[in-house]
Amino acid sequence: MIASAVGVLFDGFAYGMLLFLLSVGLSVTLGMMNFVNLAHCSFAMLGGYVAVTLTNEFRWPFLATLPLAFLTAALVSVAFERVLYKRLYGASDLEQCLLTIGIVFVSVAAAAYVFGTVQQSVALPSYLRGTVAIAHRSFGVYRLFLIGVSLLITVALVAALEYTRFGAQVRAAVDNQRMARGLGIDVGRVFAITFALGSGLAGLGGALAVEIVGLDHAFAFTYLVYVLIVVAVGGLGSIGGSFAAATVLGISDMAGKYYFPELGAFLIYFVMITLLMWRPAGLFGRR
Amino acid sequence: MTSGAASEPQRYLEARIRWQPLEIAFWLASLLPFWLTPSYLVLASQIAITALFALSLDLILGYAGIVSLGHAAYFGFGSYTAGLLAKWGWGEPITGLAIAGVAAGLLGFLTSIIIARFRHLALIMITLGFGLLLAEAANSASWLTGGADGLQGVRMWQLLGLFPFDLYGRAAYAYSLCVLLLMFLLSRRLINSPFGLALRGIRERAIRMPAIGAHSPAHIRKIYTIAAVMAGIAGALLAQTTETVSLDTLGFQRSADVLVILILGGTGRLYGGIVGAIVYMVARDQFSGINPQYWYFWIGLLLIAVVMFLPNGILGGLARLIPRRWRSV
Repeated sequence: MIASAVGVLFDGFAYGMLLFLLSVGLSVTLGMMNFVNLAHCSFAMLGGYVAVTLTNEFRWPFLATLPLAFLTAALVSVAFERVLYKRLYGASDLEQCLLTIGIVFVSVAAAAYVFGTVQQSVALPSYLRGTVAIAHRSFGVYRLFLIGVSLLITVALVAALEYTRFGAQVRAAVDNQRMARGLGIDVGRVFAITFALGSGLAGLGGALAVEIVGLDHAFAFTYLVYVLIVVAVGGLGSIGGSFAAATVLGISDMAGKYYFPELGAFLIYFVMITLLMWRPAGLFGRR
Repeated sequence: MTSGAASEPQRYLEARIRWQPLEIAFWLASLLPFWLTPSYLVLASQIAITALFALSLDLILGYAGIVSLGHAAYFGFGSYTAGLLAKWGWGEPITGLAIAGVAAGLLGFLTSIIIARFRHLALIMITLGFGLLLAEAANSASWLTGGADGLQGVRMWQLLGLFPFDLYGRAAYAYSLCVLLLMFLLSRRLINSPFGLALRGIRERAIRMPAIGAHSPAHIRKIYTIAAVMAGIAGALLAQTTETVSLDTLGFQRSADVLVILILGGTGRLYGGIVGAIVYMVARDQFSGINPQYWYFWIGLLLIAVVMFLPNGILGGLARLIPRRWRSV
C-alpha cells in the first residue's frame, strides 16, 4: 500500500510537472492580455512532432531536439500572434475562443494529413531509459529527468520574473495593463515576447510528453482540457498557482486512475468544479 | 415626452413580433425537401434537430450572453432519457419527448443555480466541466447506458399511432420539423417580450441590470432552464428518429460543433442557428464523403474567416446586403 502510494505520488508529480510546462505560458498570457488562447496545445503538439521527426527521421539525439522544439513552437506562435491574435485583443471572450478553436481544428487536421493518425513514439537514448533504485524503491529515469528539467525551468522562470527588468515589466503588465502603458512600457512587445516564451515552453512540454503520454493528431484537443483546468484552478497570471494546480491535478489524476479506475476522469472534473465554485478566480488568482 | 418614452419599447416589441414575408417564405421552403430531395430526408431531419439544438444555445448565448462549452450535456441527457424510456417499453414518441424535455429541464435548473453566479472564464470552465462530468458518468455507468457501444434496443411506436419511422425518414423529418417550428414560435415569442429585453440587457452590461432593478440571476436561471428543455427535446428527437443513443451525444465535440454552427449562422437572431445548421450539415455531408479525415481543416479555416471577416455570422453579413425593411429578420 505504502509502496504503491510512493509510486503514485512520484508518477503523479512527474505528470503534474508535464502539465505545468504545458500550461504555464497560457496562464501568464491569459493574465496579461485576457486573451483566451485555446490553440496553446497546438503549439505543444508542434513541439512534439518536431522532436519525433528529428529523432526518428534524422537520427538526432533526443536531447538535441528539445531546444529546437522550443524554438520552433516559439517562432510559429509569434507569427500567429502578430498576424491573427493581435487584431482580437479588444474583442469578446467568445470571438477569441472561436478564432483559436479554429486554429486547433486546422492544426489537428494538418497533423493527421502530414503524420497520419497513428500514435507516435520517440527513441530515447539508453541513459534515459530504465529505472534507478533509490532507498530500495525503483524510479523511472525518464520521469526523474522530467521532474529535474521542470524544476529547473520553474526556478529560472520565477527568478527571471522576480529579479530582471523584463520580469518586472511582465508583472506590471499582468497587474494593470493600462497603468503599465502609462509608465511607458511597450506592452505589445512585452506580450509578444512572453507569448513566444510561453508557447516555446509548451513546445518543450509537448516534446517531453511524447514518452509519457504519447503523441497523436488529437493531442491539441486532448490536453486542452487539462491545460485549461490547470490555468483556471491555479489562477490567471500566477506561476506559483499553475505549479500548485498542475501538481494537485497530476497527482489526483494518477491516484484516480490507480485506485478508482472505474471512475475514469470523473474525479478530475469534479475536483475542478468544486475548486472553481469555491474560488472562481482560481486558487492564487486575484481577479 | 414621458408618454412617448413609455410607448417606445412597446412599439419596438410590436414591430419585432410582426411576421416578415421572408420568414414565411423560409418556413414554406422548409417543406421543399419532401418533393425536391426525397432521398435526403434523413439528412434533413438531422438538420432540423441540429437547428433546434443551436436555437436552444442561441437563447442563452445570443440573448443572455452566457458562453457555454458544455451544452451537449442537456442534449445527451434528453437523448438518453428518451432512449431509455423506449427501451423499457414506453415507445410513444410525443410523451417520450415531453418527459425527456422535463428531465433535461430539471438538470438545467439545478445547474443554472450555479451557472448564474459566474461569468467569463470561470463560467466557460464550469460549463465545460459539467459537460465532461456527465459524459464520464455516462461512460462509467455502462450497465445503464451501454457505454461506448451505445444504447441498444430502442424501439419506437408509430407516430400518433399512424406513421412508422421508416428508412426514408419521411415521418422523421415531418416530426422534427413540426417540433422545430413549435419551439421556434415559442422562442420568438419569448425573446420579443419584456423578459427577452431583460436578457439582452444582461448580455450588454451585466453589472448595470441590478442597478435598474432587474434581478439578473433569476432571469439567467429561467432562460438557462428553458434552453436546457429545448436541448433535451432536440436530443430526444435524435434518439427517437435514429432509434439509438451513443456517447457522443454528450461529448465535448458536440458542444463545440453546436457553438460553431451558431456562430457561423450568427448569434442573437433566432434564424442564425437554423441557417448555420443547414450550411454546416450539408457541407459536412458533402466534404466528409470526399475526405472525412480533413473535414475539420475546412471547418477551422471557415471559423477563422468568420471571426476575421464576418463577425456577425452569415446572417449578419447578409443583413448588410438586404434592404432595411427586411432587416429585423
